[in-house]
Amino acid sequence: MKREPPRRLADYGPIAFPALLLLVFFVVPFGTMIAVSFFRRQQGGFYTPDFVFANYERFLSAFFGHVLGLSLLLAVVVALCAVAMAFPFTYLLSRQSRRVQTGWLIALLSVLSLSEVIIGFAWSTLLSRTAGITQVLAALGLMAEPAALFPGYGAVLTGMVYQALPYAILVLYPALVRLDPTLLEAARTLGASPLRAFFDVIVPALRSAIVATLIMVFVFALGSYLLPQILGRPQHWTLSVLITDQAIYQSNMPFAAAMAVFLVLMSLALVGLTLLAGRRRGS
Amino acid sequence: MRALQRLLFCVVGMFLAAPLVIVAGVSINEKQTLAFPPRGFSLAWYAEIFTSAEWRSALFASLGLAASSAALAVAIALPLAWFMWRRFAPWANAVRLLGIAPFILPPVITALGFLSFWAATGFYGQPWTAVIGHAIFFVTLPLVTLTLGFDAIDRSLVEAAATLGADDRTVFRSIVLPLIGPYLVSGYAFAFVLSLNEYIVAYMTVGFTMETLPIKIFNALRYGYTPTMAAVSVFFVAIAALVFGLIARFGDLPRLLGALSKPR
Repeated sequence: MKREPPRRLADYGPIAFPALLLLVFFVVPFGTMIAVSFFRRQQGGFYTPDFVFANYERFLSAFFGHVLGLSLLLAVVVALCAVAMAFPFTYLLSRQSRRVQTGWLIALLSVLSLSEVIIGFAWSTLLSRTAGITQVLAALGLMAEPAALFPGYGAVLTGMVYQALPYAILVLYPALVRLDPTLLEAARTLGASPLRAFFDVIVPALRSAIVATLIMVFVFALGSYLLPQILGRPQHWTLSVLITDQAIYQSNMPFAAAMAVFLVLMSLALVGLTLLAGRRRGS
Repeated sequence: MRALQRLLFCVVGMFLAAPLVIVAGVSINEKQTLAFPPRGFSLAWYAEIFTSAEWRSALFASLGLAASSAALAVAIALPLAWFMWRRFAPWANAVRLLGIAPFILPPVITALGFLSFWAATGFYGQPWTAVIGHAIFFVTLPLVTLTLGFDAIDRSLVEAAATLGADDRTVFRSIVLPLIGPYLVSGYAFAFVLSLNEYIVAYMTVGFTMETLPIKIFNALRYGYTPTMAAVSVFFVAIAALVFGLIARFGDLPRLLGALSKPR
């Protein structure tokens, strides 16, 4: 039974249900959100259909520029940290026996599936004064007395790297596990030390996979909506936190929608730029 | 080199485990405090998940949502993956892209889209809107596992059946379904576990009418800590580890995550 193009109407039947659902419940809501971003806000959390740019004009403020800069910088730092940790780890993992790999994959998936709420709660506990790591350090005599390590920028960064690390590893995993092992053998036979072979052969061979992972983790980190709120102070709130805050607590849907549209455009533009740069370097 | 390798594995393992160890420690406190190292030993906070009416109803809400949304996600993904395997239709890739987009985009975008959509249609707050929300949000997972499953089917088997006169329906029932069974189950399991943990989409669709466990934990974070939060977190990690462990036991986890088939 070869793959053949659908001919009769009945042939299209199976795809009708998924296509319809995705259209109605993904494309239409997305469109609704874009429409709402141009609506006019009324007092008391309501909004009326209109076509105004007022919600977008609010971006042109020092406050918003600061939030945007912070969000982008944070996402870049998180992506760099996560991939810098994930790449050597995933490389070594892919050389292990299938059994060892499976064990780690179970652990990584379990952490990856954890709710941002739980990750935030877990790290806020770990970094707190009463129940934190500093209690242990103080008990061991390594610290004079327990101290709170959050809220702060470092706490936000740590939590977000924690959230992004399993993601980065699992995105890198297919490329590394399929890597031809003879590549490394050849380098070693020619006299390269393991470290040198890693940096001079493995890393360049997987450059495009690394760039792709950086982009994926960057977008992933840009979407973090709770960790800056739980582990940081209001000045550490990112665009995603602000969107949630405007939509739920300030009941300003049009402004939240405008920010969301902006966030999508921003991620798409940065992804596009990076891909373009990668292609130019590749050719 | 060996030592360096072991060190890196230790560091990553400790980094991943540290917050969970602390949370597990906090969850066995005897009194209602979030102390670590724990004072006294008690499993009462685990019992509380099932005995306290509030936590229990949140648990059931979460389980119901996860079970039904994962089923709907599979129901969307299966015909789509089958169609892409059976038919030659490049335009269908656009539909597949729609199935993958919600998972790649920042979750807050999908959540806000649903919020504005349900508010506009007047269904905002209905429990079933969260089921649809999660199904669309996580449809990527069964879609990816099922696509892998279909790719693994030996087409000569299907051709032999067709030559012997089997129609699409028979082929699907007698050959395709048994072969993609494991992928179907793991796709469902992935969607189930992630839905169980999902916060923002659930919050923006039914946050004010229904409390799922993540929403309940978040509310507890704002209005008063209790060790039950820690117990629920440990419970969630255990469920995830159990489900993924079962997938690994009965399926090929490395292959599901992108490795080549097991060398025989």
